[in-house]
Amino acid sequence: MNQRRKTFKNLSEIEINELYGPDDIKNIEYAHDLGAPGEFPFTRGIHPTMYRGRLWTMRQFAGFATAEETNRRYRFLLTQGNNGLSVAFDMPTLMGYDSDHSRSKGEVGRCGVAIDSLADMEVLFRDIPLDQVSVSMTINGPAIVLFAMYLVVAERQGVDFRKLRGTLQNDILKEYIAQKEWICPPNPSLKIINDTVRFCVESAPLFHPISISGYHIREAGSTAVQELAFTLYDGLTYVQSIIESGLQVDDFAPRLSFFFNAHNDFFEEIAKYRAARRLWAREMRRRFDSKNDASLALRFHAQTAGCSLTAQQPYNNVVRVSLQALAAVLGGAQSLHTNSLDETLALPTEEAVKIALRTQQIIAHETGVTDTVDPLGGSYYLEWLTNRLESESKSYFNKLDELGGMIRAIELGFPQNEIHRAAMTYQKEVDAGERVIVGVNAFTEAKEPLLKILRIKETVERRQIRNLRARKKTRTARKLNSALQRLERVAEENGFLMPPLLDAVRAEATVGEVCDVFRKVYGEYRETASI
Amino acid sequence: MVALRRASTGACHYRGGDERVKAARTTKTTASKESLTPAKKLRVLVAKVGLDGHDRGVKIVARALRDAGIEVVYLGIHNTAEQIVQSALQEDVDAIGLSIHSAAHVTLFKDVAKGLKQNNASDIVIFGGGIVPQEDMPVLKKLGVKKIFTPGASLDEIVQFVKGIAGRN
Repeated sequence: MNQRRKTFKNLSEIEINELYGPDDIKNIEYAHDLGAPGEFPFTRGIHPTMYRGRLWTMRQFAGFATAEETNRRYRFLLTQGNNGLSVAFDMPTLMGYDSDHSRSKGEVGRCGVAIDSLADMEVLFRDIPLDQVSVSMTINGPAIVLFAMYLVVAERQGVDFRKLRGTLQNDILKEYIAQKEWICPPNPSLKIINDTVRFCVESAPLFHPISISGYHIREAGSTAVQELAFTLYDGLTYVQSIIESGLQVDDFAPRLSFFFNAHNDFFEEIAKYRAARRLWAREMRRRFDSKNDASLALRFHAQTAGCSLTAQQPYNNVVRVSLQALAAVLGGAQSLHTNSLDETLALPTEEAVKIALRTQQIIAHETGVTDTVDPLGGSYYLEWLTNRLESESKSYFNKLDELGGMIRAIELGFPQNEIHRAAMTYQKEVDAGERVIVGVNAFTEAKEPLLKILRIKETVERRQIRNLRARKKTRTARKLNSALQRLERVAEENGFLMPPLLDAVRAEATVGEVCDVFRKVYGEYRETASI
Repeated sequence: MVALRRASTGACHYRGGDERVKAARTTKTTASKESLTPAKKLRVLVAKVGLDGHDRGVKIVARALRDAGIEVVYLGIHNTAEQIVQSALQEDVDAIGLSIHSAAHVTLFKDVAKGLKQNNASDIVIFGGGIVPQEDMPVLKKLGVKKIFTPGASLDEIVQFVKGIAGRN
């Protein structure tokens, strides 16, 4: 029979058959492989009623310029039906530098909000009650510092730590693999992460101390299979490391959460989320003998794929985002960020963000996909694909086990090279026209509309530096220095970092000052350049 | 994955598929371009400048240039403008290709262009790629940036542009 192409492949280069039927899923045993939603292995979802009980959290990632401007955006979002906040920090903050550091030149407030000290953090959450709004923070190398600042802001608002709900990304492994914003080498970084987990277990039990992230792995060019495999394996690496630090698996595993990409291939993405839940449940039980259902159930946030958006004919991005968001919902996401149409050009304008948020609201309230749990479960194709993604991920798990674990694999450049190869293959296919991207290599237009974009003013950097320097002058030097010295001593003695860190933050130590202590005691990570 | 060693500049050197590491550094003062011709191949420094680590694009571009027979000095991520300028001089490159996704492009391109000028090396072509809005293009052009490739650019376009540099020099 005549077909448009010789072979049909999804984004993981898996060949897709013309038709799927009962034979393709005959090895599936319902109770064992799918199960009821809310029950092991959670393939169909982590709650019995899913969105009939509660919709996902609509959580738009936002941050730009100063804390003041970002606070205004947050309050706007909260009035529009966005019900969770998500902080985007600027590059210097992500790398643990203050705004007045020479390396921060030109970068302050440009691609996120500039936070140097407690004072900035207080402004960021002004008039936002932290016992009522959950807050996610995309921060990794200096995560423990920003978390400490967040805790002290809560303290000053009079909010009990035990009431705080939110998520710290705090996933350094995917930084080495993909996003590449770090401070310290892997082992001390894992120690720092273990301390945040311990603090949450002991004092902030509703907070998620790590969001194990595949999003950035995918944005770096991985396939869906690689995103799934490397992310879950990172998760298993954290679990191992936290257990070795002295905690019991079921004391902390219920507070781990995940973060996945929502890319273009609709069924592949849905299969990915379903496979992720099943794999995590099985591996947690097999490797760590976890007994608690809450430890076995994989919770995840999803964000639509920034790398799939096109600068050409940017209004088409609204359609891409809708389909990607629909896949995340059909895959059972607990929270969702939808990208704005202008994000291939700059940070989004308020108008563009509103359309992105409305996209989620339309899916939630108009399409009917939330009326029943896992509506696509049982589809021959989807179940076959879910199996296939699980088995391909397991092959990667075996390879990573053989290499001696994820840290060793990162040192060898294994995940980095796998991703680079996939990104190269994808780009060549797009360049050759084998993969059609509407508006880029097909259906192109000579003239593109000029969008009104968000500009970050030149004055932001100067203003931020001026404020930082003024704040520094009002601090009590003796209190600050003794807090930083105590932090350094505890770090050197491999002690619990949170108590001295909280004191340092209360004494208004800046992000850069605390990270300098880490750099001094633990050293800095450097990557060997290779292509 | 090719086996690589790092030279004293911290860069990886790729010579059109041959991974020999350059043994000795050359500078503009000790070895002029003319003395290396006609055997000298087009030589390009490729790097990320500033703090952002998004290296998907830059690595693909570096690889594609190398595959097209161009000598590529790949400096990796987290370089300062000064490091870019110093490496460009030491490596005696014909062009510098920089990738930026952090919206710091105007400041960082300005610093690189200024550094080259201070070292009488404004003949080195600067080009780049990343998230750069159209309205910044004239500013960058004025700074001496020859070309910015934005999302959607094909590898072939970039390779052809770099090959075109040979004709100019």
